Order: sequence, then C-alpha cells, then structure tokens
Amino acid sequence: MLARGGVAAAAARGRGAVGAAAGSRLASTWAEVPMGPADPILGLTEMYNKDTDPRKVSLGVGAYRGEDGKPWVLPSVRAAEKKILEDGVNKEYLGISGLPSFVDLSLRFGYGDNSAPLKEGRIAGVQTLSGTGACRLVGEFFNRFGISAQNAIYMPNPTWGNHIPIFRDAGMEVKQYTYFDRDIVGVNVEGMIKDMKDAPDGSAFLLHACAHNPTGSDPTMDQWREISDVMKTKKHVPFFDCAYQGFASGDAEKDAGAIRLFVDEGHQVLLGQSFAKNFGLYGERVGALSVVCADKDEAARVESQLKLLIRPMYSNPPANGARIVQTILSDPALEKQWREECKSMADRIIRMRDLLKSNLEKEGSSRDWSHVTDQIGMFCYSGITEDQVLEMREKHHVYMTKDGRISMAGVTKENVSYLAAALHEVTK
Amino acid sequence: MAPISFEKVEQGPPDAILGVKTRFLADDSPESVNVSVGAYRDAQGKPLVLEVVRKAEKAILEDASRNKEYLGIAGDVKFRQATQEFCFGADAKSVKEGRVATVQALSGTGALRVGAEFLATHFAGTKVYIPNPTWGNHFKIFGNAGLETAKYTYLNPATRGLDFEGMMKDLEQAPAGSVVVLHVCAHNPTGVDPTAEQWQKIVDLLTERQLLPFFDSAYQGFASGDVDKDAYAVRLFESKGQQMMVAQSYSKNMGLYGERVGALNVVCPSAGACARVMSQLELVIRPMYSNPPRHGAAIAALILTDPKLREEWKVELKGIVDRILAMRKGLREAIEATGAPGDWSFITDQIGMFTFTGLSADQVASMEKNYHIYMPSNGRISVAGLTSDKLEHVAKAIRSVL
Repeated sequence: MLARGGVAAAAARGRGAVGAAAGSRLASTWAEVPMGPADPILGLTEMYNKDTDPRKVSLGVGAYRGEDGKPWVLPSVRAAEKKILEDGVNKEYLGISGLPSFVDLSLRFGYGDNSAPLKEGRIAGVQTLSGTGACRLVGEFFNRFGISAQNAIYMPNPTWGNHIPIFRDAGMEVKQYTYFDRDIVGVNVEGMIKDMKDAPDGSAFLLHACAHNPTGSDPTMDQWREISDVMKTKKHVPFFDCAYQGFASGDAEKDAGAIRLFVDEGHQVLLGQSFAKNFGLYGERVGALSVVCADKDEAARVESQLKLLIRPMYSNPPANGARIVQTILSDPALEKQWREECKSMADRIIRMRDLLKSNLEKEGSSRDWSHVTDQIGMFCYSGITEDQVLEMREKHHVYMTKDGRISMAGVTKENVSYLAAALHEVTK
Repeated sequence: MAPISFEKVEQGPPDAILGVKTRFLADDSPESVNVSVGAYRDAQGKPLVLEVVRKAEKAILEDASRNKEYLGIAGDVKFRQATQEFCFGADAKSVKEGRVATVQALSGTGALRVGAEFLATHFAGTKVYIPNPTWGNHFKIFGNAGLETAKYTYLNPATRGLDFEGMMKDLEQAPAGSVVVLHVCAHNPTGVDPTAEQWQKIVDLLTERQLLPFFDSAYQGFASGDVDKDAYAVRLFESKGQQMMVAQSYSKNMGLYGERVGALNVVCPSAGACARVMSQLELVIRPMYSNPPRHGAAIAALILTDPKLREEWKVELKGIVDRILAMRKGLREAIEATGAPGDWSFITDQIGMFTFTGLSADQVASMEKNYHIYMPSNGRISVAGLTSDKLEHVAKAIRSVL
C-alpha cells in the first residue's frame, strides 16, 4: 500500500497543499490555505445562473433537460416515491454495503439476468455514492491492495474531468491512453491498442461502458472484441464506468454490450454504475460498484474489504435514491414505464442531434458536422477551440466546457437555431 | 506474470458494532435483547420515524417546484445556513461575520472524513488526539486520511466518570498544532461529559497550547432535550474566538440515520480565509462523491427553518429524551433490586444514548451466550434500545456475570 498523507503525497493530489511547520501556524491557522481553482463544470453553472441575457443557453452540466429546457423528474420515479411514502418505510441505517435488494437489482441490470458469474454468486457488489463514489472506491481498493501494476490506472484521453482527481486522491498514479482522434473525429482504436500493449502487464484500465464522456464516441462491438483480446493477453484489469445505461441508445441491454462481452470473455471486470442520468436521480446519489471474482469465497472477501474502505468514509450510503430504483426495478409495470421514459430521453437527444446538424447546414457552414449525429449519449464533442468556446460564452451567452463539449440535453427546438447560428459564427 | 486475481485479498474483520447486530438477528430466542446499535427505539422496541420528519417528507413530495438536480458540491444552501445557526447559535459572531465555512456532509462520518482529508492535505504531519475510549470509527477515519492518531485519557474506569486531571495532563503534552477531537455532549460510548467549569479549563488549555479542537456533534438536542444547552461546549469555544472544526450529525436528533445528513463547519479568523477554506473543502469532496445526497438535507432544512415544525420537533425530542431517562432510572433500579454489589448511580449520571457499564469482554460474551443480550465487547449498552419489559432480564444478566 502506498503511504498517504505527507507533503509529497498531498502535492501529488494537486490541491496546492502547504506543508507549514506544525508549530508556527496556529497564530492564523487557515491563513496559508490557498484559494482552490473553481470546478470547471459546476463552476460553469454558477456563471450561467448569474447571466441575465435572455438568450442564454446552458450546455455545461450533463443533466437532462426536457423540451421545455427544464429538469425532468421521471413520472415512474414520482410513482415510486409515492409508494415508498405510503409504505411508511423507516429511516434506519442501511448496512455498509447498502440496500441489498437494490444491489441485486443493479447487478442484474448491468450484467443481465443470465450472466454466469451473477448466477454463480461470485460478483461482490456494494451500493455507492453514484458513479463518483464507485470510482473513488475502486481507486482506494486498488491502492490498498496493489491490484494494478505500478499502482497506476490508465484512462482514455480525454475523459470526464473528475476521473483524474478521484484516482489521484485515492493515491494512484493516473496515466492516459490514446482514445479520441481530433482528425478523424472518432476513436483511434489502433492507438488505444498500442498503448495497451505498451503498458506493463496487469495494469488497470478505465473504460467508458457506453456514451463516452466527453466525446460521445464509442468503439464498435468488433473493436471492443479487439480491445478485450489485447487486455486478456496483457492480463490488464478492466474497470467499466457505466453512467448511461439505457440513456445512450434508449436500449439498456444494448448499452451494456461491452460490459457483457468482457464478462463472457472471462475478464474479472469491475463495474461502476450510476443511476443519475438514466433514472434522473442526480442529487440522490445512487450507484453501485461490483467486482467479478473467481468464486463465492473471493467475492465475500472482496466485499468485506470494500466495506472496510466505506465505513471510515461515510459509514453507510443514503437510502432514499436506492429505494426508488429498487421500487422501480422490482415492479414489472413500473420498470416497463421507466424503460419507456428513459428511451424518450434518449430519443429526444437523438432528435436534437439531427436538428443541430441540419441547422448548421442551413446556416451554410462548410465544416463537416457529421460527428454531431455519429456521436452518442449526452455529449457532443463539437471540435471547436478554447477561444471559440470563450467567444460562444462571452458574445453569444452559450455555456459549454472549455474542451468544446456540448451537453445535448440542453438543446431544445426553441434554442437550436440560435445555437447553430452562434456555432457557425465562431467557426466560419 | 500472474493473472490479475483478487486472491491475495484477505477477509476483513467484521465491524465491531454492526457485527453484533448480525448475530442478534440470527438469534431467534424470545429473550433476545439488542442494546448494541446506536439507533433509538420507541417504547415498543421499534425504530422511530419522527412525525415531523414524515410531515416534512410529505411536503417535499407534494412540492412540484422541487426536482432531483445535483446540489452544489457544498450541498443544500438552505440546510447549510440553518445548520450553522443550529450549531453556533444565530448570534454567534463568527456566523454573523461570514467566517464559518460550512459544507453539507454524509452525516457525522462524512463530515469527519472531509475534515480529516482537508487537514492531511494542508497540515500534513498533524497529530490527532482522540479521547480514550471513543467511537471506534474515529481512528479509522483519521487513519485512512493519512493522519497519525494518539489517545488522551478520558474515562476513569474505576469511577466510570471523567478523569479530568488525566485528560488535561495528556493534552498538555500534545505538541502545538495538534488536533483534539472532542465530543460536544453525550460522549460515545461513556455518556460522561465535562462540566461547564471543566469546559472552561479545556478551552483555556487548548488556546494556550495552540491545539485545534475538532468537535464531533452527534447528539445536539438528543442529550438533554435542550438544543442550546447541548451545544454549550461549541458555543463557549466560539465565543472565545477559537478557530475550530465541528462535525454535525442529524442521524439521532432527527432520526434521519439512513439519509446521511450532516455538516462540517470550519470556523475561520476571517471571511477571506473562510472563502479559501470553502474552495479547498470542495476540492476534497468533488473527487470523493461529487456532491451530497439531497433528500435528507431537504427534510432537515425544512424542520430547522419552519417555525411550526421546529416547535413540534422540540416536543418530540423531549419525548425521546424522557423515555431514555426513564430507561436509565429503570435499569439502575432493576440492577439494584437484584442485590448486585457496587455503585450503579453512574447509569443515571451518564447522559445520552449509551451507558458504559465497565463490563469486560468476557462478561459481555457470557451475557450474550447465556442471556441473549447483544452489546459490543466494550460493555456499552444503548439505553435507547431498552424497553421496560426487558429491564429485569438485562438486570439479571448483568447480575449473573458480576
């Protein structure tokens, strides 16, 4: 296990630590604490909220918006909540690993009812604080037990911004593998595979299960097979971050294709699941982490160690969101309703992609915008530069992260032509 | 190179407190009594959801303007403001001057961990002094954050009361810049708190020796029924202009256990420092869980800020505390009625959810085996888990091991 704490480790966490001498500082305890950088994504929302221009468009945070531009609480979620209130469930602590029925249903949702390791009872599963919590737990687990070669984890370039500090704070070294190619505006699978071959045997790789964030570009199933083969040869450890199952294509089974392929190929995968987007449960913090093990006994041991990491972090997870998911997935009628609602979100986003592309063409843009409709999920990697992103914000009051990532969920029939006009304006 | 396998991963030890509950649940004897977990039980031995919580939940559900969006990293704004005032009092100078950095946290555990990570990052090498005994999880929380921990004398096992001289002696030895964990009231597991005079001496010592207090506040209102009285220690320190950290939990006082409602407060010397500290706390939180769960905090915020609900909550709290006091009295009398040797007044002297019996691990094991009484091996009994129909049985069990 790598030592944590200490100035060197703290500096490695990139938080701007100050290792002041213990005795001298109490005169003004917090005086040397520097101002930390604002979170790039959540800080953007704050700026948007302060903007008074009526044309403003928020394409920053990855949270779904309806056609009216407003947050949408799924009717199946409201129905589940009503049921929970009527049942008069108590507020006792969940166990450290969370609501057991929720964990079971999560695993079935992710792996499929017919998954061999699931039926054999050799998947260790715990409830987590959404996807972030699952990732952090993986990092802490890998760090403590030296699971990955050189205690490093490889993640795609680019990846969700928060991935890097999550694993660094867990004490791991973060490396990147080739992923997105700006020239082809798609996945560079050859580059990815080369990096996997060059990495030391037994390295941990973070894979986006579907709807890669921020690029929206996923490998095809054939490409996933190639990736699986290389990882098997190199004995790499696959960790799937799955934040969009059902939300990407509208088909939950299809979206889990890569995960299930790897499991079928015999990989001992780790799977982090978030129910923030597909169930619209964002602020309830609902997620799960599972580890495919060799046998039941190993699964029990792994679960016991995950619990030892959870207990000194937050003791046990919040009950409300897990109960909602559990209520929905255990009721066939509610589950059916939920699948339709989830599909409707995916369909709307796909419609907006089509509209954005056609509006850009109408504007007379000479650029190739086919990636807008080729990419999948919440985000579109627009391909515009940082300067252009700034101009979009300052001149047109359109908010997106500086990598040019657009949250398609923020696009509506009402604002799509304005958005297209602005994009054309800054890129022509 | 060997294939990746988790084979080297060993079985972890079961959690001391929560493991006891597992054994209790497996015991089908009609005599079994669970006095282990620190969760309140009503007079029928059932979990209690406060009426005021049910009302708040219903109001939240019926409020169409509410949604499930992410909270900010620091959490529910209304909750943070209300919890700050609840902790320090609305008139606290540091609150009025905007010098308290408050983040919503995952109950007390989460608040302590965020605080610990913050300390480990910005004050690496800090030693954290923790009372002996204390809630078991304290050591792992600070340890997992990478901080060295040490114990300071607290309980006098002979009297089952506070060893104040021992405590002060140990704290005097702590190097300047160390952190001292203090239970605000209803010390867990002993139920023994310093008196007002002793708190005065403690704050003077900490100030003089340049030691930073980190308060764990899990029972405000739940100890005496009076939320201001229970906050005495924190407010005393605050009134002296002391910088400090305070972890709050609403698990017990609002019965919100599984919703994970809490806060971490950092009292700073200036508003500027406060803003900087806030930004750094957010940098700890974002890579841990991004933002906190909204449901429990919404309930707590409503109860704290709605005058009617706040008043009803006060009444319900009093009912809870009264029942706990009745159980303390009843247990003491039942034990004394068995003719058991020794002075059992500590049971009614101690305060809060727990009574620290001084029973040994062997005695506890014997009580479990022969009388189906379930408590952690340190002899801590959850008085809140007792009901009048079980008092005699528990008293007999204790008598049998003396």
